[in-house]
Amino acid sequence: MSWIDKVRNGIPFLPKRQAEDQLWHKCKKCDAMVFLREWEGNAHVCPRCDFHDRIGVKERFELLFDDGKWEELPSPEVREDPLKFRDTKKYTDRMKQARAKTQRKDALINAKGKIDGRPVVVGVQDFAFMGGSMGIAVGAAVVAGLRAAIEAKRPYILFTAAGGARMQEGILSLMQMPKTTVALQEMKDAGLPYIVVLTDPTTGGVTASYAMLGDVQIAEPGALIGFAGQRVIEQTIREKLPEGFQRAEYLLEHGMIDMVVHRHALKEKLAGLVGYLTGNKDAA
Amino acid sequence: MMSYLDFERPIAELEARVAELRETANGGKIDVGQEVHRLEVKARKLLRDTYAKLTPWQKAQVARHPERPHFKEYVAGIAEDFMPLAGDRAFADDHAIIGGLARIDGRKVMLMGHEKGNDTASRLKHNFGMAKPEGYRKAIRLMELADRFGLPVVSLVDTPGAFPGVQAEERGQAEAIARATEKCLELGVPMVATIVGEGGSGGAVAIAAANKVLMFEHAIYSVISPEGCASILWRTADKASDAAEAMRITARHLEELKVIDRVVKEPLGGAHRAPDKAIDTLKSAIVEELDGLSSLSRDELIAQRRAKYLAIS
Ligand SMILES: [Zn+2]
Repeated sequence: MSWIDKVRNGIPFLPKRQAEDQLWHKCKKCDAMVFLREWEGNAHVCPRCDFHDRIGVKERFELLFDDGKWEELPSPEVREDPLKFRDTKKYTDRMKQARAKTQRKDALINAKGKIDGRPVVVGVQDFAFMGGSMGIAVGAAVVAGLRAAIEAKRPYILFTAAGGARMQEGILSLMQMPKTTVALQEMKDAGLPYIVVLTDPTTGGVTASYAMLGDVQIAEPGALIGFAGQRVIEQTIREKLPEGFQRAEYLLEHGMIDMVVHRHALKEKLAGLVGYLTGNKDAA
Repeated sequence: MMSYLDFERPIAELEARVAELRETANGGKIDVGQEVHRLEVKARKLLRDTYAKLTPWQKAQVARHPERPHFKEYVAGIAEDFMPLAGDRAFADDHAIIGGLARIDGRKVMLMGHEKGNDTASRLKHNFGMAKPEGYRKAIRLMELADRFGLPVVSLVDTPGAFPGVQAEERGQAEAIARATEKCLELGVPMVATIVGEGGSGGAVAIAAANKVLMFEHAIYSVISPEGCASILWRTADKASDAAEAMRITARHLEELKVIDRVVKEPLGGAHRAPDKAIDTLKSAIVEELDGLSSLSRDELIAQRRAKYLAIS
């Protein structure tokens, strides 16, 4: 009997399955069994190996905003399923599933709040919603978040996470690259900072547009960040990829981002950055 | 000798028969004139019928046809006095994107685009039109140059996509594409882009976020290749035809979605059957668009581009 079974069997009032599913979390990286409560209390970071697991939108806002208080901005109304797309499943059915799973309309949520007393607008891309993929709704949410920031004269902080563009919206998803870039130019015109926090994973068309255009680029430890998928690259070059390839630390080493910041230190770092980049007399 | 696509086999057979008859006639004394004429009419009709209702997947094959004109042929046919400019000033000169100063019917422009190559050696040299970060950074440099000296930018898009490789990632493929797209949108000079063959994803959009986007009748423009989409969503690349259909990658569809502004007609049977004619048609279309934009001020050009992309939804 393993130690875990001994522990589990030592809890007389819980059936085996329930004990396994509800009390423990197995770290995806080091396989350590961590009490779920400890895991959650540690912002989904493994206390043994520091692995940064994915985190939900609500948890992200809770970690970031002062006193756990924020105001969620409404998701922009957009045309749904513009191509009447169907693969092995209807796109509308995939959307229904994602909505039921996440209780969200689409993959990017904006909120207003304060970080160490400094007002900001924060967007969080949710990998749990169809892999965070960028379609019309995500593009519209990036634009809406930036415009809310411009209107309130606040910085915009965007947590990115996406496998790329949403194929089910075809070319319209590709067009979100220039579209979001236009909104970033409006932000630039307004002289307000745009800070990107790259989280695991950020790839494809999202990386090749707003995720790489931040005034300051931060990444969470170990996050996969890149343009092309690793399988595609392996097929092209027909060799194994180098250790740590496309991870946050690798990007830092190659000069592609400013810093890798532990999730526990993120709020402080962001507050510091916002402090440096706002309220300066001679800003353009 | 022209290469035929799979779906062109019946046309190929008719045309081969015509050639055969002609040869016999030259050698012998049999009068085959009438028969040749009859078959030629039949072949032409078949060609017209086939090309009138090409499926999106068939169009993808036409767009990738090895004998379709590429950047160098367009430059030779469109531009006078082309002066290529090389390098990104940081790492290398990427031959997958070529660009330089040119005159089009006397109008001075910055002309740039993807080059795929047309034989094994040149395909390798141009990396099959798949640019690396240095290619996009060269494009940025050329656009900046054009902007400073008041030259409109004309781009020709023909790429399967940006190159997926270790060094390309290392040097910031994503950032390079993002910055190139940003540069297109910042230009205070007119920009006219044409999807001449394959418009493959971010690697295409990086030099195509223009005031006017033109597209050849049988070109394709998509977020991912039909094969790539099929292997992800259908879990087999064999469903590429279904994916091509579902993604709406053809010029007609993209015009309906207001992603492109103008469809440029191709000669019967595709640009590869009559390259000179295709190149000429494109030249007139580009000239018209450039002239249409020439009266706009810097601010108006930027505003027009911004409004256009914000409106896509
Ligand atoms: Zn661990």
